[in-house]
Amino acid sequence: MTTTETTDLKRDKLRLPLWLLALLPLAALAITLIIFLTTNPVSIFTAEAPPIEDLQVQRVELDDAGILVSVINNGPDPVTIAQVLVDDAYWNFSVAGGSTLDRLDTAGIRIAYPWVEGEAHEILLLSSTGVTFPVEIPVAIATPTADGRQLLSYALLGVYIGIVPVTLGLLWYPVIRQTDRRWMNFFLALTVGLLVFLAVDTLFEALEIAATVPGAFQGQPLVILVTLLTFLGIVAVGSNRRQRDSMLFLAYLIALGIGFHNLGEGLAVGAAFALGEVSLGTFLVVGFTLHNITEGIGIAAPVARQRPALYHFVLLALLAGGPAIVGTWIGGFAFDPLLAAIFLSIGAGAILQVVYEVARLVVRSSQRDGVPALSWTNIAGLVAGIAIMYLTALLVA
Amino acid sequence: MTRQFSRRKFIFGTVGTAAAAAAARLAAKVSGESLLQGNAPRPHGPHSDAVAGPVGTVDHARNGFHPVELLTDFDYGDRVYEENGRTVREYDLVAFDKEIELVPGVFFPAWTFNGRVPGPTIRCTEGDLLRINFTNAGTHPHTIHFHGIHPAAMDGVPISPNMVNMPRDLTGPGMLQPGESFTYEFDAEPFGCHLYHCHAIPLKRHIHKGLYGMFIIDPKEGRPPANELVMVMNAFDTNFDNANEVYAANTIGFAYMDDPIPVRVGELVRVYLMNIVEFDLINSFHLHATFFDYYDHGTTLEPTLRTVDTIIQAQGQRGILEFRYKHPGMYMFHAHISEFTELGWMGMFHVTEGDETVSHDNHRNHGS
Repeated sequence: MTTTETTDLKRDKLRLPLWLLALLPLAALAITLIIFLTTNPVSIFTAEAPPIEDLQVQRVELDDAGILVSVINNGPDPVTIAQVLVDDAYWNFSVAGGSTLDRLDTAGIRIAYPWVEGEAHEILLLSSTGVTFPVEIPVAIATPTADGRQLLSYALLGVYIGIVPVTLGLLWYPVIRQTDRRWMNFFLALTVGLLVFLAVDTLFEALEIAATVPGAFQGQPLVILVTLLTFLGIVAVGSNRRQRDSMLFLAYLIALGIGFHNLGEGLAVGAAFALGEVSLGTFLVVGFTLHNITEGIGIAAPVARQRPALYHFVLLALLAGGPAIVGTWIGGFAFDPLLAAIFLSIGAGAILQVVYEVARLVVRSSQRDGVPALSWTNIAGLVAGIAIMYLTALLVA
Repeated sequence: MTRQFSRRKFIFGTVGTAAAAAAARLAAKVSGESLLQGNAPRPHGPHSDAVAGPVGTVDHARNGFHPVELLTDFDYGDRVYEENGRTVREYDLVAFDKEIELVPGVFFPAWTFNGRVPGPTIRCTEGDLLRINFTNAGTHPHTIHFHGIHPAAMDGVPISPNMVNMPRDLTGPGMLQPGESFTYEFDAEPFGCHLYHCHAIPLKRHIHKGLYGMFIIDPKEGRPPANELVMVMNAFDTNFDNANEVYAANTIGFAYMDDPIPVRVGELVRVYLMNIVEFDLINSFHLHATFFDYYDHGTTLEPTLRTVDTIIQAQGQRGILEFRYKHPGMYMFHAHISEFTELGWMGMFHVTEGDETVSHDNHRNHGS
């Protein structure tokens, strides 16, 4: 007994303050790194190896002054842009802030080149070690400037692919309202189907954009993590609301998730027009308009047994369709792959959360009716929802 | 390339076809243009202040040679002496690795003879005995292969393993390993404008890394006095993708745009020209505002082509150009392959009025 007490006392005396203990591993880490860097044990591998150079092109803009190429140094070593070749010819250029880029530095390369509208150009960035980084311009067209007229034109595209179809879809609300209760479950299951498709589609879109993000930002893991955290975050926020409001609240959540999805579609259309792919853009506008009309059904289904005021429908349509306008602006004037990937991940997480909510609704409603959750009606609704989305997506795929 | 109408892929739309571009233009006409582009034609890109060419200047001192000096730097031998009534010219050539600035700021890990690309311009007279003391101080095996008439043992080619039983007097020493030396010895014949280059394998790499030079054998009777210039048309594959990023005469892209070559009105100009580009099948030389006579391989005293302003040369082909300028001014010369021109192979003659007898006295083929 006494022996134990003394050891405890001793231990107490020897005990260091907690903050010091917490810093101990960090201090050890710092010492290890200093030893590693000073002794440089990897020098054996890099005796004569040239630096690793990795420039990634972020954006190409064409205007009356020529071409502006925005790049980021995605490699571990500094890169010096020594010369610029356009269509296999050396051209004068200037780099704001100097032509040597450290890791993750960005730079704008200004080239006074008389580009030809509607034709293709290829730029080669030649580094000081002779490494080349190609920059493709598939169709040269003046990059839209964000003046009032252009913003309005792009906004109109967003209205066509977002607000118009969602509003038209909401016009089915009276039909859904007047159907039999059993059909109500069908419509909710259909909503789950629509949303499952949108979640998968948004996630893949985010992953594809993330693949073009500079490696250091770990785009694809980021997409998965943001999706997951968004899902959990909204579940947590939505878990303690009152039952009476919950249907309308759910409709708003669905509208929000769909809004993020439509933002992604707006990005696609805006970028297509900005890149001069007008025919593709026109084709996409029509496709998305048809594709998105079913989104209105998904928003309306949860509130079929309630009678929300008209302004709620206006707000729901704006929430679900409006982000398409923001998407066309970003896609057209300021496309940034990292931001786009994050937006779409948030969208995927938000849609997954409403999938979870509406699915719970279907289960509860089926239990009340004394039918299994996976009744033929529900399965038919789910499959119908996915099939409608898949088939209308053929219009834009 | 195929085009995928994936809304995800085209955001970064780097894939394009002429058909799609045409379709886009058509579609723009009928629909989108009024919406997005406006009806008035838009100006695009600068037209007045567009400036071609590289940015900056090459540090010739760091390179250790100046392209202007290379034009007239004829090497008549490190040691010249008589032996059994013949002139013997002895040259010391050392191969070593060296980084060279090709266009401003772009550095190339070259392999050189005596630290320069092209290597020294070896110049002698028909009938001289040549001793080329070659030392490989580089990091890879090398040889020197001269174009000329000589015994097999002096041909400077690699020996492949399946030639192991072949007598060495029929093959020569083969590739010289780093640290090894060999003296190539042969008579200077036939007279003409020739070349030498490393013949080690892999051949393309050994040539385009810079191991070559001009080899001029003057005819016994000499050629008329002239302003003589050496131009080695070469190119460099800086990213090692078997296509060249820099083209030049005498290594440095655009060098004679920065330093135009001075020439007098009426004086005879003689250009020893050779083509040693890799990867491209041919190269060419085009002269502005005058015409020249051309001596293919330089092995004749009469021109093989008269009054032309453009000739082509295959890889390893060479010849002599002779011309005079009638009017003072700045005159371009360049490959009439626009791609090569805009990638560095262009220059200027600066023609001025003046006493043509002041002309360069570099026709010293009897020099000591």
